[in-house]
Amino acid sequence: MKRFAELFRAVDQTTRTTRKVAAMADYFREAPDADKLWTVALFSGRRPRRTITATVLREWAAERAGIPLWLFEESYPIVGDLAETISLVLPPAEAEEDRPLSHWIGEIRRLSKQDEAARKAGILAAWDALGPTERLLFTKLLTGSFRVGVSQKLMTRALSQATGIDEPELTHRLMGAWTPDTVSWQGLVHAPDPSADLSRPYPFYLAYQLDDPEDLGDPAEWMAERKWDGIRGQLILRGGDHHLWSRGEELMTDRFPELGRLKDFLPMGTVIDGEVLAWGEDQPLSFNALQKRIGRKTVPKKLLAEAPAIIMGYDLLEQDGEDIRALPFAERRARLDALGADLPPEAPFRLSPLVPVESFDQLAEERARSRELMAEGLMLKRADSPYLSGRKKGDWWKWKVDPLTIDAVMVYAQAGSGRRANMFTDFTFAVRDGNALVPFTKAYSGLTDAEFRKITAWVRKNTLERYGPVRHVKPEHVFEIGFEGIQPSPRHKSGVSLRFPRMLRWRHDKPLDEINTLGDLKDMLAAYGGDAPA
Amino acid sequence: MGDLLTFTDRGIYCEAGDFYIDPWRPVDRALVTHGHADHAHDGMARYLATDIAAPVMRHRLGDISLDTVRYGETRRIGDVTVSFHPAGHVPGSAQIRVEHRGEVWVASGDYKTIDDGLSTPFEPVKCNAFITESTFGLPVFKWTPQAELAADLNAWWAANAAEGRFSLIGAYALGKAQRILTLADTSIGPILTHGAVENTNAVLRAQGIALPDTTRVTPDTDLKAHAGALVVATPSGLGGPWSRRFNLPGKPASTAFASGWMALRGVRRRRAADRGFIMSDHADWPGLNAAIRETGASRVFVTHGYTSVFRRWLESEGYDAHVVSTEYSGESVDAEDEGGHEGEAA
Repeated sequence: MKRFAELFRAVDQTTRTTRKVAAMADYFREAPDADKLWTVALFSGRRPRRTITATVLREWAAERAGIPLWLFEESYPIVGDLAETISLVLPPAEAEEDRPLSHWIGEIRRLSKQDEAARKAGILAAWDALGPTERLLFTKLLTGSFRVGVSQKLMTRALSQATGIDEPELTHRLMGAWTPDTVSWQGLVHAPDPSADLSRPYPFYLAYQLDDPEDLGDPAEWMAERKWDGIRGQLILRGGDHHLWSRGEELMTDRFPELGRLKDFLPMGTVIDGEVLAWGEDQPLSFNALQKRIGRKTVPKKLLAEAPAIIMGYDLLEQDGEDIRALPFAERRARLDALGADLPPEAPFRLSPLVPVESFDQLAEERARSRELMAEGLMLKRADSPYLSGRKKGDWWKWKVDPLTIDAVMVYAQAGSGRRANMFTDFTFAVRDGNALVPFTKAYSGLTDAEFRKITAWVRKNTLERYGPVRHVKPEHVFEIGFEGIQPSPRHKSGVSLRFPRMLRWRHDKPLDEINTLGDLKDMLAAYGGDAPA
Repeated sequence: MGDLLTFTDRGIYCEAGDFYIDPWRPVDRALVTHGHADHAHDGMARYLATDIAAPVMRHRLGDISLDTVRYGETRRIGDVTVSFHPAGHVPGSAQIRVEHRGEVWVASGDYKTIDDGLSTPFEPVKCNAFITESTFGLPVFKWTPQAELAADLNAWWAANAAEGRFSLIGAYALGKAQRILTLADTSIGPILTHGAVENTNAVLRAQGIALPDTTRVTPDTDLKAHAGALVVATPSGLGGPWSRRFNLPGKPASTAFASGWMALRGVRRRRAADRGFIMSDHADWPGLNAAIRETGASRVFVTHGYTSVFRRWLESEGYDAHVVSTEYSGESVDAEDEGGHEGEAA
């Protein structure tokens, strides 16, 4: 565990990506295979599930530290992380030993099967055998909260440096439904067996936001389509089964069972990149309709009927079992069109219509129509572009519509956690309704660290009331709130809920009496809130 | 009869001696524990402080009417006897003992219980009532032993020096900066200083405190000739444009902060420095508890820091504990950026 802790410290401690990558590459050259396998799993979000409740852990830690539980609870929000609070209050280890990461993960699994007394004894012994960072990591693994400040992309780069295997190839090998129990280091990284995991997706190609289309050169080299507002997904038809992956590498097959019907309409050996949408008669339902299905592992019949899902095809990545990502986009798209052209309407598949490109001015007009078509903007793709892996600049661009905005006043503030512990970063905003202020949304992001520090100092001095961790503050600071959509919501006092709200600007220039009103919000709801345009 | 010391909107007041301790608004007579800006304010008609604290106070507050005492020396003021005792916070820092008809109160200002090798080490003073800070009054704060701290600091510096990089460390100009200087292994390379740090160094050297050789950074400093140096800056200097000059082509400087808050990973990550050294001139949790225990006091007044939590803890330990409102800084971790938190003026 010491070697793993050293790696964690090294990547946690520096903000420089070159140093993070160098530290990981060193680790991948030195560590035992079992530890490397777990490290890749942990660094790619494949953490073991929590098997021991946090409640007993805090009690055991407080008891071992000789402090009352209330004092532990008071310390927790200051630290902002449960596992860290535990490791900080415990007395120094008295029986330190250095065993590999895989040993401690095995120990956690072994303890999870035992009764509470044995668990407690095992965990107290582990705490007493681990140095400060090792103890933090062990406790994070125990609570299922292990996270590290390294993207999968950086980890893959480091692994590529350590193994000499090409980065996009490695990215592909590391995808899919594997766990350290189903695969060996050798089988995952060095000698993958394609038949071992038929569900394995290709890495998604992600676009950057476009600022000015005039930078793109000749419009004739570009193809355009709508950027649909659903869930980006990869549909895989292989070996008689279908699999659906989200962009975040989550398997969503069971959440959208109706897509299984595509096995009747499309040949095996087909992989499609597209957007999962809830579909109305001839256009998507709002994201809100789809959202009802996201959180569910299984879908009740009623919801299947209310918000039936389709996949809107953007691209074809595999045809007849062959990886065709290297072909030009125009060719892949032509093949996708051929596959999808004659499907009957009951097939849960649509082709994302291409938007003809005449000039960038004409495209700007098309972009302006996005909201009425239930789209988020346009996608621009170079006709000769291969399907790359990850976020790459140059060939694919998203050209989103500008967010909707509203000026609102901050009324509540709450401290964040982790990196944002001790700082007020989570705010509730209100609009005016006559003489009253009506809270309507929360927002957490969009300010610089310096601005958060400034507002934090202000909140401390301008708290009117405290409700647990929430502070009611003087309504004074006005912010421009940006959001992507608005929906009716009976759960909110204001009657609306916003999609992806964030702070666009701190409006120092704007006095309180000039903020927007509840009436303004309702007008926006009428204009943009329906499942079909008014 | 009222309490020997009371807490007013000007500072801690002693009626029997008609003086204030660490007042923040102008008064006639101020007894000052140490020269940090939240304890030593300007505008007092008369000051009394230790002889070791005096030069820095004169440097910071200018031409003030300042009388000095040595540690342990007693003075009669009005009806009370006062004496100053080492607080271990920064050079010259003191706990102020006030005695009146057999009752003893101690106002400790800011203090730490470990020996930093620079300040006169903290000495417990028996008293009936003890006035304490609680900047780090939570059981998650436990400091790294000084020797380990020195080893970590020097290992970091040596690794950077071997790569030809500057090692930039942000620390308060009075106290922490000199503590880093005394911990640094000067065989690794030269030490450069920010002007605010070097000004304080000069004051301390002039009063006979030994510090290693340092070079003030000026626009004319030949940085290439000093590549690999340790650069001791104020936190604001480290965060600002001043520090950019130390990024040599292809070799950006490695940055670090030295603060008690670095015990928290969230704060370390927020600061976005390469390293965070857990170093504070305030007492940690074990230090606060040990200090209070050794005074033998039954009454404890908590002035700044995690006051309400710490008071509740003391009460559960059997003390008659109270929170008192003062203007000493310490609540906010981020006030550090403005130079307030650990008691340093810009």
